[in-house]
Amino acid sequence: MDRDEQRIEDLPEFKSLVVARWTVASILTLLVFVSYYGFILLVGYSKETIARKIGDATTLGIPMVVLVIVISFVLTLVYVLWANSSYDSRVTALRQSLEDRKKRGVQ
Amino acid sequence: MQTSLGQPTALGITFFFLFVAVSLAITFWAARRTKTTTEYYAAGRSVSALQNGFALAGDYMSAASFLGIAGMVALKGFDGMLYAVGWLVGWPVLLFLIAEPLRNLGKFTFADVVAYRLRQRPVRIAAAIGSILTVLFYTIAQMVGAGSLIKLMFGLPYEVAIIIVGVVMLMYVLFGGMIATTWVQIIKAVLLLGGVTVLMLLTMARFDFKPGELYSAVAANFGQAALEPGTLISNPLDAVSLGLALMFGLLGLPHILMRFYTVANAKDARKSVAWATGFIGYFYCIIPLVGFGASVLVGREVISSIDKGGNMAALLLSELLGGLPFLGFIAAVAFATILAVVAGLTLAGASALSHDIYVNVVKGGKATEINQVKVARIATIFVGVLAILLGILFKGQNVAFMVGLAFAVACSANFPALFLSITWRKLSTAGATASIIVGSVLATVLIVLSPTVWVDVFKNPAPIFPLKNPAIISMTASFATAFVVSLLTPEKDAEAKFNTEKVRTYLAAGAE
Repeated sequence: MDRDEQRIEDLPEFKSLVVARWTVASILTLLVFVSYYGFILLVGYSKETIARKIGDATTLGIPMVVLVIVISFVLTLVYVLWANSSYDSRVTALRQSLEDRKKRGVQ
Repeated sequence: MQTSLGQPTALGITFFFLFVAVSLAITFWAARRTKTTTEYYAAGRSVSALQNGFALAGDYMSAASFLGIAGMVALKGFDGMLYAVGWLVGWPVLLFLIAEPLRNLGKFTFADVVAYRLRQRPVRIAAAIGSILTVLFYTIAQMVGAGSLIKLMFGLPYEVAIIIVGVVMLMYVLFGGMIATTWVQIIKAVLLLGGVTVLMLLTMARFDFKPGELYSAVAANFGQAALEPGTLISNPLDAVSLGLALMFGLLGLPHILMRFYTVANAKDARKSVAWATGFIGYFYCIIPLVGFGASVLVGREVISSIDKGGNMAALLLSELLGGLPFLGFIAAVAFATILAVVAGLTLAGASALSHDIYVNVVKGGKATEINQVKVARIATIFVGVLAILLGILFKGQNVAFMVGLAFAVACSANFPALFLSITWRKLSTAGATASIIVGSVLATVLIVLSPTVWVDVFKNPAPIFPLKNPAIISMTASFATAFVVSLLTPEKDAEAKFNTEKVRTYLAAGAE
């Protein structure tokens, strides 16, 4: 069992799967960071920007809050779409080869 | 305006009894399906992605986020919106970093993942301490809030309110386990999202459905400052530290993490976070409209005359716009919100005691199924009674800092060990244990020395620690401890098992 898993772990397909997963996850996490902490720091260091009027009374800050929320949601959708298509099909293929190896091991 | 708030109205009580009756009926239906540990802790892994999305949103949208944020926007304007957005941004990060590995590696608690390749005893004990501290701090905030809110809404005495909440939620958890708790969360989330949507539409109808007109009315009444940043972010470092606590605290909340074991597989776990993020994001987008609407239509003076913190803003607005029936409905929804959140917390606390401490430490992982379920139920009663007692003990105390403390402990104690156990081969038993302990202690001590407790609660003139939330220091220290201690105490066994763990993390091979 452990030996099969060692072999899977050494497969280039598995290694590239893990790299792909964390590359996508890191980029998306970074985007959340930039949008949220960027917004917070903007509020902290440039109140005038946030307080700028874009209507009779509406300030720029109000749509920006909504935008940070919408960005967060859109990024989760991006991840789910990527994982459902690209990630899951690679996982299925690797699992298949793991099972094949086990069967061969039994024979 | 004249208000019926604070008096038990027939309609309010009817709606409340209707909710309790339906939820207890579900509990008795669920009780017949709750015989094994998988059923008790994880609803037999039978919850769908959409259902779990509602349940996650239900666990997270507490009375504080409904009544509290509406009130904060009503009284403080734009600062309330700034505060709300911090509560959402953890959700995408939870999805990217934790949700799927957690589902693939664990069984019932996040400690299952931390202890996967490490020595069980020390890691389980430390992780259970982190869980229980988080759950206790969060529960105290909820119970004390519940007592005061129910007193304001229905006029019931504080202790009676606490006991009603405690006993009803204990019925759900004790008899119906995770199946009943999940359904209570789903019903509550649907009622809350629906009720607040109607309230928002009734509000916007007064302004021709144009947000611009609402904001003009706010500016005309309270000045342009109500739509500009106020005092919330006066120190950016403080704001970033609080942001880190909210974001990574979510990734260490035991009652949220536990929900990922109720779905069939990692794919459903993934989809459920997207649903939850959508629901919660929508909620935080419309709640400010309700808050601003309350400030214009009800008036800031009326709102703060009934409750200084503004917690009754949404309820006063619903009475003004929809009369007594709508007030009764929204008050019952607020009550359901409190019940459901406390039920989720109690189940999480009980699972740390029974699954992590009793089964895996005391019994060394060898306990019969019947015995495990029995102990889980005893632990549930213990946590439930403790919640009631703490609620009564903290009556009249300023517990506003407790939620911040729960998030600080979650992000400093639970999150670093959990994340490193998934990603870092060299994490050792000593490293994980030390990181959890350093995180819990530092987060708690620094909060006590911070302005939120040292000045606001203990009334000292100046804080010893300058930041309101210690996350930026305590989480960093916890990660640093894990790295240093693990490198000093290499564990060949744990490193070797990392290969099997990886195959299970990414391919779900052997996942339960």
